[in-house]
Order: sequence, then C-alpha cells, then structure tokens
Amino acid sequence: MKIILPKILGISAFYHDAAAAIAVDGKILAAAQEERFTRIKHTPDFPIEAIRYCLEETGLSLEELDAVVFYDKPFLKFERLLQTYYDFAPRGFLSFMKAMPVWLREKLFLKREIHHGLKQVAGKYDSKNVTLLFPEHHLSHAASAFYPSPFKDAAILTIDGVGEWCTASICYGREKDITMLKSLHFPDSVGLLYSAFTYYLGFMVNSGEYKLMGLAPYGNPEAEETRKFAEAIEKEIVQIYNDGSVKLNQQYFNYATGLRMVNHKKWEKLFGFPRKEDEEPLEQHHCNLALAIQQVTEKIVLKMAAEAKRLTGSEYLCMAGGVALNCVANGKLLQSGLFKDIYIQPASGDAGGAVGAALAAHHIFFSQNRNPEMPDGMSGTYLGPSFSEKEILAMSRKVKAVFHPYESEDTLCEKVAAYIADGKVVGWFQGRMEFGPRALGNRSILADPRNPEMQKKLNLKIKYREGFRPFAPAISETKCGDWFDLHSKSPYMLLVAPVQPKQRHALPKGYLNMALYDRLYFQRSTIPAVTHLDFSARVQTVSGKTNPRFEKLLAAFDALTGTPILVNTSFNVRGEPIVCTPFDAYRCFMSMDMDVLVVNDYIYIKEEQPDFENKEIWMVNFKKD
Amino acid sequence: MEFFKDMWLFFRERKKYWLLPVVLILLIMGLILVFGGGSAMAPFIYTLF
Repeated sequence: MKIILPKILGISAFYHDAAAAIAVDGKILAAAQEERFTRIKHTPDFPIEAIRYCLEETGLSLEELDAVVFYDKPFLKFERLLQTYYDFAPRGFLSFMKAMPVWLREKLFLKREIHHGLKQVAGKYDSKNVTLLFPEHHLSHAASAFYPSPFKDAAILTIDGVGEWCTASICYGREKDITMLKSLHFPDSVGLLYSAFTYYLGFMVNSGEYKLMGLAPYGNPEAEETRKFAEAIEKEIVQIYNDGSVKLNQQYFNYATGLRMVNHKKWEKLFGFPRKEDEEPLEQHHCNLALAIQQVTEKIVLKMAAEAKRLTGSEYLCMAGGVALNCVANGKLLQSGLFKDIYIQPASGDAGGAVGAALAAHHIFFSQNRNPEMPDGMSGTYLGPSFSEKEILAMSRKVKAVFHPYESEDTLCEKVAAYIADGKVVGWFQGRMEFGPRALGNRSILADPRNPEMQKKLNLKIKYREGFRPFAPAISETKCGDWFDLHSKSPYMLLVAPVQPKQRHALPKGYLNMALYDRLYFQRSTIPAVTHLDFSARVQTVSGKTNPRFEKLLAAFDALTGTPILVNTSFNVRGEPIVCTPFDAYRCFMSMDMDVLVVNDYIYIKEEQPDFENKEIWMVNFKKD
Repeated sequence: MEFFKDMWLFFRERKKYWLLPVVLILLIMGLILVFGGGSAMAPFIYTLF
C-alpha cells in the first residue's frame, strides 16, 4: 500500500538531549528538545512534552502517524556493551554492574518504553496501530544532514562519540538514497577523544566540549609546550591514519569499561599536570593542551573529509554528529576548498537524531522521493513553539509586569537598536523557538559588539559563566564580507571565520606571552566583544527570508552606528536550558543584570518592573554545566 | 513475547548466538532481583547465592 503524505514522528531519548520532531511529506514541521519544557538541561527523559508540542503544532494525533521512529538500534548498542565487557574482562566489572540494571529495566525493552511514553502523551492510544522503526544512530545523523541540505548529491560525514558500534561514518547521498561507504567503530572515536580532553581540563563531558573549543585560542600556538602536547597526543594517545581513521591507545582511557573517561596516572605522567578541577583557576598549560587537542581534531576531521571526497567524488559535503558542532574545524574545512560548499545540520548532536530518524523513515522506509529545498529544509531551525499576544499578556498580568506595546515593527526595531547602542543588554524573544543548541535570533540575548566592556559584562553579570567564554556575532548576510573573511553563508553559527584585517587593531609586542586575562581584555578589533583571541569569530549570517525581524533589527543598528553586527548569545544563564516560554524569558530577565526584554511586540524595561532590585527572588538554581 | 521474537531475529541477523545465553542469564537474574527483593522468593535466592 502506497502511503500518501507520510506523517512521521522522530524521537531521540534515553541518553542525552532528548527531542522530538514531526515530518509530514518529508518536511520537518515541528521539532523541539525536551529540556526546553522540563527546564532540565540535556535531559535524557522520554520527550513527552516535546512530542505533545509537535502534535499540537502540526494538528495531528498519535493515531494519524504513519510511523514512530527512534533514532538508534537498542539491541545493537546492547551487543556492543556486552562484547566490550567480554573483550576487556575482568576490567569493567563495576561499570557492568552499574550499567546492567538500567538496561534490564529500561533500555533493552525500548519498544515497551516508547509505547509507555506515548500513552502518557495521549491517554487513549493503541500500540498495535503504530509502526515503530529503529534506524541506526549514524544513519539518523547522516539523514539529518543530507535530506534537509540543498544538495542533490553529497558526501556525508558523521562524527560523534559513539552510536551503536559506529563512531564516525562516510556516506554518499544521492536523491533519496544514502549509502554507507566506510565507518569507524568503538572504542576508536574522535568524539570520545575530544570528550576525554574536555574531562581532563575540568569541563563536563557531553556539554563542556564547546567550552574546550572556546578555550583553545588562549593556547599559545608558538609555545614549545603546545607543540610538545600535540606531539605527545599523536605519539601516545591517538594514531591517525591517512584516511582519517584513528586508533586510540586504550591504556590511556577508561571509558570502555570504567566510570571515568581517562586513566589519570598515565595522563598526568604524559602532560605533566593533574586533571583540572572545576573551580581551579585556568593556567597557560591548560590552554596550551586545549589548543593541541583542537589542532589534532582539526587534522583528523580534514583527513576524514578528504577521504569522503576521494570515495564519493562529490563537490558537496554534509555533516552531522556532535563533532560537527566544532565550528573551528568546520571553518578550516571550508577554507581548505576541498568542497564547493558544506551543509551542517544545525542540531548536529543527538537531538538532531530525531529529525534524521523521521526523514530516514520518509525517504528510505516509505521510499518517498526527495526535492531539495533552498536554502535548506530546516526553516532556519525556527521549529519550536511560539506564543500568542493573549498568552504574553496573560503572563505579564500574572507577574504584574510593566510593558510598552509597539505596533510598528520598524519603530520597535529602531527603539531596541537605540537601547543596544546605548550599552543596554537586551533579551530578544520572538516567534518560534530554535531547535538545536544555538539561539539564532528568536531566544537571544543581544548587545553592542563595539563595547569594550561587553564580553566581561555578559559573561560575569548576565550569564554568570566562566570569564574566558567568547561571544558570537550576528550579521546581515549581505554585509558579512566587509567584516569577516567568510565565503559561505553561516545561518546556524556553525562556521568560524577570521575578522577582516581592516577591522583589526595591531597587537602589542609579546602579546602571546601576556597573562591570560590581559590578552582577553586587549581591544583586538573594532568589534572586541565578538573577536576571539586569535581574531576568529563564530559568525551567524542573518537572512531577511528566514528571520525578517532580526534582519530589520540589524539594519536599524547599522543605520544608527555604522556596524551591522550584534552580539548574539543564547537567552539563559549558566546551566539553564534556553528559555522557551514568555514566563521563562521574564524570569530569566529579572534574575540577571539584563536591562531590556522584548517579547514579540512588547518591551519591558528593568527599572519599571516591580521589585526590580530584588533579583534573588527570581533566581532558580540550575546545576552548573 | 514480541521482545523475545525481536531478540531472536536480531541474533540471527547478527549471527551472534553466543550472546543468547548471556542475555538469558542476565534477564533471569534481573527478574529474580526485581521480583525477589523482600518477597517470598528471597530465601530461594539466598540458597542460590
């Protein structure tokens, strides 16, 4: 029986970043991460709220779905676990004892768990009427990158920690088909290698990887120590082959069988310092090690991409998997000219697996044709919930908020641009929430990139996070070339590019040897708040087609200041998921030193709010990430 | 029953029959631990282990 307009629910859950997505006739209409609703960052729980939202948004009921697709194969993953314990026995006994109860209670009976979860979404639900599918983890990643891409055919590179067995894959996508050509298997994994360094440098695995990437430019590229670290990594820890595949020396690791990522003693002996504790101050050797592993990772990614090119001969590349969020490596890959263009799935981590699973079922299981969309099929990632005027007013009344309505979009943007130019920090909440880890102008905190104090203020007084963390610029795509050396669009903030030389300031002598925070606060360019230590920036190019209001705001700021750029960071504090509802936004606004909040057409000024000086009453304690 | 059918199909597909007894033992142990804790089955478990 030929199914017309397949309606498919994709689910990612039980590990980290649970999410749901619904595709109708191959078009993703709704997608959201569960963390945004439950307010627990990276929650692995079955995405009841996210599914509920996706169904509401699309007007579908569970009975109307043609398939429910989970993003990996649980039995294959269980096989990997058992085989790994067997191979490493008797090492791993403790880990085995810890892992088995969870598997025997929940993960092994995934069909039951999914049916149980769906029953919670909609009370009346007959599991016999639902087709459950389980594509492989890396197929879900590959599908999430290729199917929404604008390319008819492309090489596909997926790299992450681990799926079932696979840790990286090279596929070829053509029309509606994806063919796997090569894969790398556990325990050899680029994602786990990067996570091991994340762990050793005091950050949390599965969430701190982007902090490590942000720390790398603090490393001294000319230092002997950095060179020695990189050499030691390649000599002792990871063997890199010409095709980009890697072999990790398991004597240095503990993740295959233990409860920690690395063998502490061996790492301390190799690098000469112990694992950094969370609150321990950052020192130059930490930064140098971060730079060394970043360089090694880039080398591996470039080799893998070259192999993908060799195997497929394609001019285009699609990427997904957690490592595809390494925008520094992505930028280098684009600069290498190996491919004419690169498309990276904006939700490259496991949340995006929900999108990939749904699309894989549409094109492979239901054998539906594919018509690539321009610029892509992700709708700018604005796939989450939006809120009506009525809902915003109800929230405002409830918290006794004082606000100013603006009927004209032009006036609203001019007013907000003036606030930002005046040094104010603005919470910008508009339309549908973004899907994936980045705030792209609908749940964002915005500020003036020219302000020399802004990076410090945003980190310490607004987001309450580590002082070294960089911020990203959002720029109108038509003006990008004047400010950044970027020859491609970067709508999802997934490419790092150098700030144009004409915008840079000369560095003082001995800059690389200056103290870490002296280097950080040195004004390197005309837009210091978004220029990282190595003159790089993680650029978001904004198009009027996908986000007209944000583009208008950038134009208004440009008209006022001559700078078409805003600092764009996610609307949350450290450890908090990005805000979802108007109330989340108002609470977050009141709990930090943010000056102005804009929710759709309404502006809230901090000083006008009741009890605005008492921010403690609005604070929620989030577990630090 | 669907679970055992799926499991069997999986082992056949992957040709990893050696995992079958491992999984069965784990499942039996799991069942004993789940249903046995603090119940009438407890003395039976103590004599076994």
